[in-house]
Amino acid sequence: MADRGKHQTAFGFETRAIHAGARPEPVTGARNTPIYQTTSYVFEDAEHAADLFNLSRFGFLYSRITNPTISVLEERVASLENGRAAVAAATGHAAQFLTFFTLLEPGDEFVSSRNLYGGSLTQFGLSFKKLGWTCHFVDGTDPEYFRRAITPKTKALFLEVLANPGGIIIDLEKVVEIGREAGIPVIVDNTMASPYLHQPLDWGADIVIHSTTKYLSGHGTSMGGVVVESGKFDWTQGGKFPSLTEPEPAYHGLTFYETFGDFGFTTKVRAVALRDFGPSQAPMNAFLTITGIETLHLRMERHVANAQIVAEFLEGHGRVAWVSYAGLKSSPYRALAQKYLPKGPGAVFTFGVKGGFDAGVAMVEAVELFSHLANVGDTRSLIIHPASTTHRQLNEEQLLAAGAGPDVIRLSVGLESVDDLIRDLDQALG
Amino acid sequence: MAELEYDDAKIAGILERTETIAMVGASGNWVRPSHFAMKYLQSKGYRVIPVNPGEAGATLLGETVYGDLAAIPDDFQMVDIFRNSNAAGRMTDQVVAIKNKGIEVIWMQLGVRNDAAAKRAEAAGLTVIMNRCPKIEFGRLYGELGWSGVNSRIISAKRPRLHSRIGRRAVSRHG
Repeated sequence: MADRGKHQTAFGFETRAIHAGARPEPVTGARNTPIYQTTSYVFEDAEHAADLFNLSRFGFLYSRITNPTISVLEERVASLENGRAAVAAATGHAAQFLTFFTLLEPGDEFVSSRNLYGGSLTQFGLSFKKLGWTCHFVDGTDPEYFRRAITPKTKALFLEVLANPGGIIIDLEKVVEIGREAGIPVIVDNTMASPYLHQPLDWGADIVIHSTTKYLSGHGTSMGGVVVESGKFDWTQGGKFPSLTEPEPAYHGLTFYETFGDFGFTTKVRAVALRDFGPSQAPMNAFLTITGIETLHLRMERHVANAQIVAEFLEGHGRVAWVSYAGLKSSPYRALAQKYLPKGPGAVFTFGVKGGFDAGVAMVEAVELFSHLANVGDTRSLIIHPASTTHRQLNEEQLLAAGAGPDVIRLSVGLESVDDLIRDLDQALG
Repeated sequence: MAELEYDDAKIAGILERTETIAMVGASGNWVRPSHFAMKYLQSKGYRVIPVNPGEAGATLLGETVYGDLAAIPDDFQMVDIFRNSNAAGRMTDQVVAIKNKGIEVIWMQLGVRNDAAAKRAEAAGLTVIMNRCPKIEFGRLYGELGWSGVNSRIISAKRPRLHSRIGRRAVSRHG
């Protein structure tokens, strides 16, 4: 029969970036993934409807929970991360919220590296507090700090291996070891690296989160987030995760881990957190992101090649005080970069202009080709002064800790002609 | 313990050849995984005969529940075991003893694995699958599992045939 599964030797990354999750549409033969711009799906009969509501069969019910275009995005990212399953959300922030809602009970804690995207620092440190969840921030550059911050209420460890914005790399294997000993999952925000440069699950992480808004979509068109689970974490250990191992009252006492096994976590995220809070992704955004992912490998190669050239140029510039890019020989993170990101340590990095805060502001206003805005991972080159924008909610101590001090400029190096990028930065530095 | 790996073709072949499944541990409690699996497999055209000593004689999803495998009057090609790994071992030996019912496959559910018992069954000519769920594998191989964001690992540019198996099954069962 035509669609019998054959044993597949593992397909390469590039093949999966283009094909994973997206077979031709069976009714029409449409080769590209259709945009299923529909809210809902007609039931075959009352029994079919009941089975879908009860999760006893696979199928589409309501686009807040599942949508065929979004399913393609989910399976594709799960495949690229070598994960078992994924669930998409409206944004990366929504993906983080859904993940922690599924893991934590009120009064629970988690430990996070403080070398994070500024928006995550605010979400974890301020907004989550209102829900009764406590995040302890630690200096992730020494993984031992994670261990010291763990209490009996700690349910997860969180980090960005390639940290935003600072060119810092966290030693994931050591954090994974600490997570294993404590019996808690290690969650990696892999947005800055993309699965082409780094695959956290292969190093033992348990959950990966993406803001697909960045490199996965890649063209600055679409907001989106995704949660991927490895399928390897044992949720029964220590009785720490009742949300996975105890009967769920919202589903008549269904137990998610027992019923869905190695995709129990993402199923719970979808069936309860996504259903009840509703931050689902738009099908159009999923379509644009799927299209973006098809060239992820090509784009990332050029992103890191351009970033290396730009970083080397800036390091040699007289008006630049320092450059923090793990691809430079001067970087203390170069060895970790070669270990965890052998194809290149991303294309977002920071540098300091001589003259502090005012010089930083002057620089972002003087560029012509770099776009001054709050995003990363676009085809276009982007520039921002974090202290006056993305990280401005933080106090000075937090700014320094996050690698976003007053003189810091963050670049997201795009895919333009690299000579043009250098000329623009050169004239802006004066 | 090494992870178990099964060829997609092997699993697909089993799901293709099997007509009737004896489900050990099938539960009348509709939120139990075995109930989900039984209902799903029925919807795909399999006949599923429930086996559960605690519910023997009752009717479950239109089928009579039997107290043990030997009591089932009809032939069945697969035994799907929803029991713990030790009990699955005892069950396997029982299957070996009665395999003249046409049994070809012993299938142990997610989380159930008994390597020693599997060896004995394989020596007796049976095929053994462990730590998998036929519902999930059916969904994975025939394109439904990806709807839930699961990585099916299936990559193909061939146009899928719409409900090919489901249609055939439905015809052979009801017609």
